[in-house]
Amino acid sequence: MKQLKAFQLGESVPEITLAPVARLDLIKYAGASGDFNPIHTIDAEAEKAGLPGIIAHGMWTMGNLAKLFTPYLDEGFIQDYSIRFRGMVFIDDVITLKASIAEKQPERLTFTVQAVNQQGKDVLKGNIVFSL
Amino acid sequence: MLKESIGKRSEKVKNTIERGAVRKFAEAISDPSPLFLDEKAGKESKYGKNIAPATFPVTFDAGSIPDLKLPSQGLIHGEQIYHYNRPLFVGEEVYCWMEVKDYYEKSGNFGDMGFLVITKYGEDAEGALLFTEERIVIINEAARKGMPV
Repeated sequence: MKQLKAFQLGESVPEITLAPVARLDLIKYAGASGDFNPIHTIDAEAEKAGLPGIIAHGMWTMGNLAKLFTPYLDEGFIQDYSIRFRGMVFIDDVITLKASIAEKQPERLTFTVQAVNQQGKDVLKGNIVFSL
Repeated sequence: MLKESIGKRSEKVKNTIERGAVRKFAEAISDPSPLFLDEKAGKESKYGKNIAPATFPVTFDAGSIPDLKLPSQGLIHGEQIYHYNRPLFVGEEVYCWMEVKDYYEKSGNFGDMGFLVITKYGEDAEGALLFTEERIVIINEAARKGMPV
């Protein structure tokens, strides 16, 4: 596998497309994270909050997005990870995770990262600084 | 009012990064890397032990901020920002507390919105900072009006 430090400015790490979002994914994340806000797991509660259906935890998508960097964690670590939540993720949405190098320094690489839905809309966007 | 909460903080709480909790979390974000989960892989890595996924601090108990009452609905998670001095290790103890960093209001297309900035801090047993986790919560006008003053 190619090392992260060999990547050039503008180059992207291999994209990951997640399986369609399932209710069980969100139930599992609720349990693992301790975030039991029912708008993420129970239809009636989501509707009461004015939503068309349950939505994924923003942190579920943000947690998934970081895995683009997991193959490189023996080279360095995620020093900064900042995300702006830009759109909701619903059941059956197909999310693609992307990262490309925006800035390259000898000991730190700055990536633009995003999670995009099947309509091509950003649901999450931000930056990761990877410390080498 | 929320503006008066700025600067208020919680008491420190000790958290232990449990192997089982890391496994459950890594599986919930479909990121079951041996570096997180496999003891042998951790030992052979540059860290000499297993590490936790970057967003794992959402699981930490950081206590509660006195007198900070938020509405149960009408909250939107706007931003989330992590800074690490090093990765977190499976098995270690992390002491967490949080603080209301800021609160401000802006008017936009959906009326006046409140922005609450809460920062969680994680320290080692000696008090050295390991990470910060900043969360920006957006509170819409309707929710704020329903809040106890």
